[in-house]
Order: sequence, then structure tokens, then C-alpha cells
Amino acid sequence: MKLSFALLTAIGVASLAQFATAGDITGTVTLSGTPPAEIPITPLNNDPVCGKMHNGKVTTEFYVVGANKELADVIVMLKGVPAKSADASAAPVVMDQKGCLYTPQIVALQTGQKLVVKNSDPSTVPMHNVRINPTVPANVDASTGKMSQPQMSGGADLTYTFPAAEDFMKFQCDVHPWMFAWVTVVDNPYFALTGKDGKFTIKNVPAGHYKIVALHRKAAPKGIEKEIDVKDSGATADFTIEIK
Amino acid sequence: MNQPTHYRWLHRFAILTALATLALIGIGGLVTSHEAGMSVPDWPNSYGYNMFSFPPSRWVGGILYEHTHRLWASMVGLLVIALTRWLGGRASRKPLAIVGLLEMLAGIVIFAVLPKEKATGGFLTGIGGMVLLAALVWVRGEPAPRPLPQLGWITFFIVQFQGLLGGLRVVLYKDQIGIFHATLAQIFFVLTCLIALMTSRWWQQMAFTNHKSQITKAPLIPSLSSLQKIIFATTALILFQLILGATMRHQHAGLSIHDFPLAYGKLWPATDPASIARYNEHRIEIMAINPITAFQIQLQMVHRVVAVLILLAVGWCAWKSWRKFSGPLAKISAFWFCLILCQATLGAATVLTNKAADVATLHVLIGALSLATGAALSIIALRFPHRAAGLSPAESVLSSVSSMDLKGAIEVGSAGKMPAAR
Repeated sequence: MKLSFALLTAIGVASLAQFATAGDITGTVTLSGTPPAEIPITPLNNDPVCGKMHNGKVTTEFYVVGANKELADVIVMLKGVPAKSADASAAPVVMDQKGCLYTPQIVALQTGQKLVVKNSDPSTVPMHNVRINPTVPANVDASTGKMSQPQMSGGADLTYTFPAAEDFMKFQCDVHPWMFAWVTVVDNPYFALTGKDGKFTIKNVPAGHYKIVALHRKAAPKGIEKEIDVKDSGATADFTIEIK
Repeated sequence: MNQPTHYRWLHRFAILTALATLALIGIGGLVTSHEAGMSVPDWPNSYGYNMFSFPPSRWVGGILYEHTHRLWASMVGLLVIALTRWLGGRASRKPLAIVGLLEMLAGIVIFAVLPKEKATGGFLTGIGGMVLLAALVWVRGEPAPRPLPQLGWITFFIVQFQGLLGGLRVVLYKDQIGIFHATLAQIFFVLTCLIALMTSRWWQQMAFTNHKSQITKAPLIPSLSSLQKIIFATTALILFQLILGATMRHQHAGLSIHDFPLAYGKLWPATDPASIARYNEHRIEIMAINPITAFQIQLQMVHRVVAVLILLAVGWCAWKSWRKFSGPLAKISAFWFCLILCQATLGAATVLTNKAADVATLHVLIGALSLATGAALSIIALRFPHRAAGLSPAESVLSSVSSMDLKGAIEVGSAGKMPAAR
């Protein structure tokens, strides 16, 4: 009985120590400057099948900016931390093809993590053809035979995994040339995407000193870098991405 | 000179082939304008189907353009096989049979030995079969006059090579092949136009009268000689311009400069890394979404500069030939200048409409017609310079005498062999 109590106490202390040495990084990304106006995706709107699946005109979504200039679709990640791929059991990231558009259009996942591409479009859209454009050699090698894959309406999901870090790998549909998505592969588990409120949370970051980077596909494709000290209580990192 | 009926129909068939080729270039332009080059990712099959049995219900989105381009190209291939056979007459029978058999044999070997390339083997066997069929049936007449059979053979090999290039562009996904494919298409169109020109009644009459008269032996007057050189050089410049255009189209970056006549508000835009980053931040594209580079901006600027040079050169040719000469040279030069004016307007419209697919495609088509017109004018000016310039035999001889080297004449005169020119 005494032994069990001691064991439980030790496990409890160890668990508390685990939590005590890891914190969340939170922050907000805002845009400074005036973004260019989004434009209607005319070929989609004029398409006799795809156009009818939307109410109103569909426009591009390069800059998703909130009322107070909060910027969505920014990938925030730690740099220089030891590389670690996702476990095989990690939940896959899902990207859908709906209304002849990719949803979401900006995706981030960890090396080794599965990316599942679905096709939810009805049979009136006979097919999509998913072409990926990896540029890092390890990802090119891992994608042999998967570079261009037709996917019929209601067809089986397509699955991808990438072994190397890569920013903004372009996914596109060759049948519908306005369909694009950008997939960023991070070689550690410490990354997050900003929502429409511009906020992000990177969870369970071990205490320490890090470089943190914010990437936006148009306004900061190479990233804006900061240094940050993460304490037991976590840390805050706000970014302002400037458009000139 | 009565033209045989045989040639009349051959000429009509050559025109049909040239028009079909122009339409093919137009469909190819639609493929690139709609970024549809990879919409059918396999070749020679289409999504695993035989190209000719691909269900029309699946010709959606970009597939419509790419698949139509493939089918139309196959039809042009058949027209060229027939044209080669017709131009070559009975003499073309044996070589065509050999080529057809070799292609069939190669196709069967590929089909049997390479299981993954069965479609390629089948396709090649089919082409070889059509060539063999053309060799076995039909024309038994004399070959057309030189160099028409030779031109026929050149188009025959180019069209097959073009098909292969188009397929490799898809299978290997190499933009460089696409640029070469587009350039060769322009050269191929020029050849079909020249065949159409040289099978015409007008050309044969010119050739006949040229042969009978001594006019070709008269030296060219300096103004005609310089005009001839400018026409050649301008035609070469147009070909260079079309290569630049093809390179721009195969960058998949849309318009690298969005304003005209200025470029990013300047006569020559900045291309330092900070400026390029700024341009990319502000670019909103729908289809050709690759970020632009300094090279692409410079490419478009060179395209604009060359366009101005072409406009000036063709304008000079038209003005010179209209003022000093008459006949076909003056008329075709004037038509050429109209085409170039139209082309320049379309170039500006391509930028101002943010590369609207129909405008950009029309720009490609008029570019092809401009090159073909320049090539036709060049060959006419080379082959029948005096007649094309509207000079009569007497005028030609007089003009040649007036252009004699005066110094040489004086020397001859002083030697007592000939009166010195005064």
C-alpha cells in the first residue's frame, strides 16, 4: 500500500514537472498596409457546372484580413528545433475539393503526417486531377507516381506524406486551372495557422529560447523571424506583416 | 500558261492544310491561355482511354482545350501525310512505304516489349499504318516541281516530331519542350503556307515567265536589294519575337507587367529583389499564379522593344515598296504592315485585359500570320525580285545599267574597250 502511494506520488510529480516545463505560444498576426483587391475567379464563375455550385461570385482569397487588420492563413512555426516527424498514429490533415475549390487553400502539416485529399464534388463535375509540385528532392522522391492523379467524383481519397520540410508546396487541379492550395510541411510539431481573427496557438512548447517565424504566401513568403523566450507559463509573439 | 487541274486541287489541298495548321496553332494558344497543358496528364492515351474514344462527357474544364488540340493535331498529321504523298507523286511511294513499315515495326516492338508503353506502341503502329496506306493507294502522277516534294518531306517529318514533342511536354512536364513545340509550330505553319504559295497558279506563272526571260540575270538595283535584305532581317526578327512570346507563355506566371505603355509606372521597371518582392505582394492572379521573377519582367520588356523594332521595320518596308515599286511586293508589304499594326494593338490589349484568353490567343494567331507573310514576301522577293517589285524587263535592264559601278565603267572606257560613262 505504501509502495503504491509512493509510486502514484512519483508519477504525479513527474507529470506536473512535464507540464511545468512546457508552455503555449500565443499571438496575433496583423497586416500593415493596404492589400490589393481580390478579383473574381471568372473562369470558375463562368463554368457551366462549377459556377452553379456557388451563391454569388467567387473571388480569390490571397489576403483574408479582418476588420482590425487581423491576417488569416499565416503559418507560424519554430525554427532550429530538433527535427521530429509525426507518429504514424497522428491524425491526418484533410483537404477537400468542394465546388471546384480546395478547402482549405492554406494547409500546414508535420513531416510524416498524412495529408488526405478528398473529392466531395458531385458527379456533375466528372473529375479533378490533383497535381502536386514539391521542390525539395526528398519530397519529390517520396511523391513518385503521385505527382498527377485523377480523382473521380466520389472516388477514393488520395493520401500523401512528405519526409522533408517545405514551404508552400503548390497543389493544383489540372482540369480546373483556377484551383490551387499551398501545403507547408514543418519538420517539428511546433507550428500553427492563424484563423480569421489572426490568432494562433502553438501548444506544449518546452521552455527555452527559440526562433519563431511567420509566413504568408503573398506578403511574407520567406517569413518574418523573431526570437522568443518560452517560459513555463508560455509566451506571446505578435507579428505585423507589412505590405509595401 | 494553262495550269493542270491536278495542281489546282493540290493547291486547294495545300491551303486547307495551312488553314488547319493555323487553327491548330489557335487551339494550342487556347491551351496555354487557359493553362490547360497538363489537363490530360497521360499521352498518347487520355486518362487511360484511347485518344479517339475518350468520352465527350469528360471533356470538361481544361480537358476540352487540350483534348481538342490533340485530336486536331492528329487530323493535321493526316493532312500532311496526304500532302507529302501528293507533292511527291509516284516517287514518294517507296520511301513512304519504308517509313510506314518502320514505324509500324517500331510500334509493334514497343507494344510487345514494353508493357507500360503499350499505348505508345499502339499509337506509333497506327501512324505507321496511315503512312503505309498513303503509300499504297492513290497518287500515281509525276512529282510536283522542285522544291515542293522536298518541302513536303520536311513538313512530314516535322509534323511527326511535333506530335512527339507535344507528348513529351506532357509526359516529362518540361516547359522548355513546350517553348520548342510552340516555335516549331510557327515554322511548320510557314512551311505549309509556302507550299500553298508555290502550288498556286500565280507562282507557277511567275516561275514559267521567269524561266523564259533573262530578267533574273539582271542585277538588283540598290533600293530593291536593300529592301530585300530588310524583309529577310525583319522576318527573322519576327521569328525571334515569337520565340520570346512562346517563352513568356510557358512561364505560367501570367503577366509579369500589368501596365502599358509604361511598366510599373516607369519606362524601364526596377528589377532588384525588393522591387520583385513588392510586385509579387500586389499581384492577384487566378490561374498563372507562379511568382514573377526579374527575368520574366526583362523578357516582357525585350518583347516590347522588339515589337517596336518590328513595327518600324515593317513600316519602312511598306513605305519603301509602296513609294518606289508596285506589284505584289507593294501590296503584300502593305498587308504585312496592317497585320503588324493589328498585332501591336493586340499586344497592348493582352496586357490591358490582364491576358484575357481570347485576346492572347488572337495575338498568337496574328503573330503566326505575320511570320508567314514575312516568309512569303521574303521568298517572293528572293525568287522574283523584279517582277514582284512590278518592274518590267526593260525597266530592270535599265535600272541594272544605271546601277553599274561607275568607277569600273570609266576604267573599262579608258582602256579603249568601251566608252566611258558620263
